[in-house]
Amino acid sequence: MPKVKPHRTSPSLDMTPMVDLAFLLVTFFMLTTKFAPEEAVVVDTPSSTSELRLPESHVITISVDKDKRVFFGMDDAKPKMAMLSRVGAKYGVTFTAAQAKTFSNLSSFGVPVQQLPDFLSRDNEQRKTIKQPGIPADSLNNQFIDWVVEAQAASRKEFGKPAYVAIKGDGVADVPTVMKVIKLLQDKNINRFNLITDLETKPVAGK
Amino acid sequence: MAEIQQQDKGGGKGGKKRAKKMSTKIDMTPMVDLAFLLLTFFMLTTTFAKPTVMQMTMPVPPKKDDPPQELPASNAFTILMDEGNKVYYYEGLLKEGEAKPELIPTSYAADGIRKALLERKRRDPKTVVLIKPADKSNYKNMVDILDEMNITDQKKYALVKISKADEDLIKTSGK
Repeated sequence: MPKVKPHRTSPSLDMTPMVDLAFLLVTFFMLTTKFAPEEAVVVDTPSSTSELRLPESHVITISVDKDKRVFFGMDDAKPKMAMLSRVGAKYGVTFTAAQAKTFSNLSSFGVPVQQLPDFLSRDNEQRKTIKQPGIPADSLNNQFIDWVVEAQAASRKEFGKPAYVAIKGDGVADVPTVMKVIKLLQDKNINRFNLITDLETKPVAGK
Repeated sequence: MAEIQQQDKGGGKGGKKRAKKMSTKIDMTPMVDLAFLLLTFFMLTTTFAKPTVMQMTMPVPPKKDDPPQELPASNAFTILMDEGNKVYYYEGLLKEGEAKPELIPTSYAADGIRKALLERKRRDPKTVVLIKPADKSNYKNMVDILDEMNITDQKKYALVKISKADEDLIKTSGK
């Protein structure tokens, strides 16, 4: 009987396919990841059992923080520029191209429109240190609703439909401010909006 | 890379020292480590990016000539939220000159307001819940109660501004 010579395989493993796959996945995730944009304000949202996710795009985010400040954010860059010039024109404020560019990269802001050019011309580091007073939203000086109306108009023109309105309130934000925001939106016939919350496991009703 | 190794083995370098042969192999372990580290990082960052939302639809404001809709007192169920995470409820409506409904204090826990809502719903499926957050209550309370509406599958509810009479009711009840 001929001696069966065991085929001597190298003890080291050929990792090439694994590495191929790993890098393929790395590339995929790198390209698809959208990093969470830096928020102008820290908002600790309450949790709810809702499992609906925020839409991917065309979202207007209205943040209400615990100091009753109102912030406005929009994710689409193009209608954002249009909105900026429209609101600027209304209040007699003009923006340079560089300022408009900075504005389109900003995730959210909370300064009155009159202070906006100065705020935009600062560099990123300086901007972080400034305490933003929030957007005026009272009956005498209601810039907030102008932003929303112009954002909706710009979004409708650009994509043919209004943007989703999401309200991001802090857990300890006071109810009158949130109710005021809701009331203002209702006045402009925006009756459907989303409240951003954290996920919480759903309890079974009746137990 | 595997092919290169094969070539080296089969090539005419038989007389060479062993040490030279070994050096042609690349140790891929650090690279794989890094690749998987990045992979894990990106996988985790993508998954948790989207926050959840709660749909909320407010009623369209009635037109001027529309007659105002009256809610029968038998179908009304009011939840009052006060500061310090206090929550009360009462059944029926608060009307001038009528007997005041009994204000019952409860809690946000599962056996608090949820139990009351479910019990009420079983008794009267046509219940309309009126949610009245006091000015001193916080936004979390509001979201919690709206969430209870989802949990108990209560379809008809409305977010209403708190009235003076409601505030007085809390005050006089002393609970």
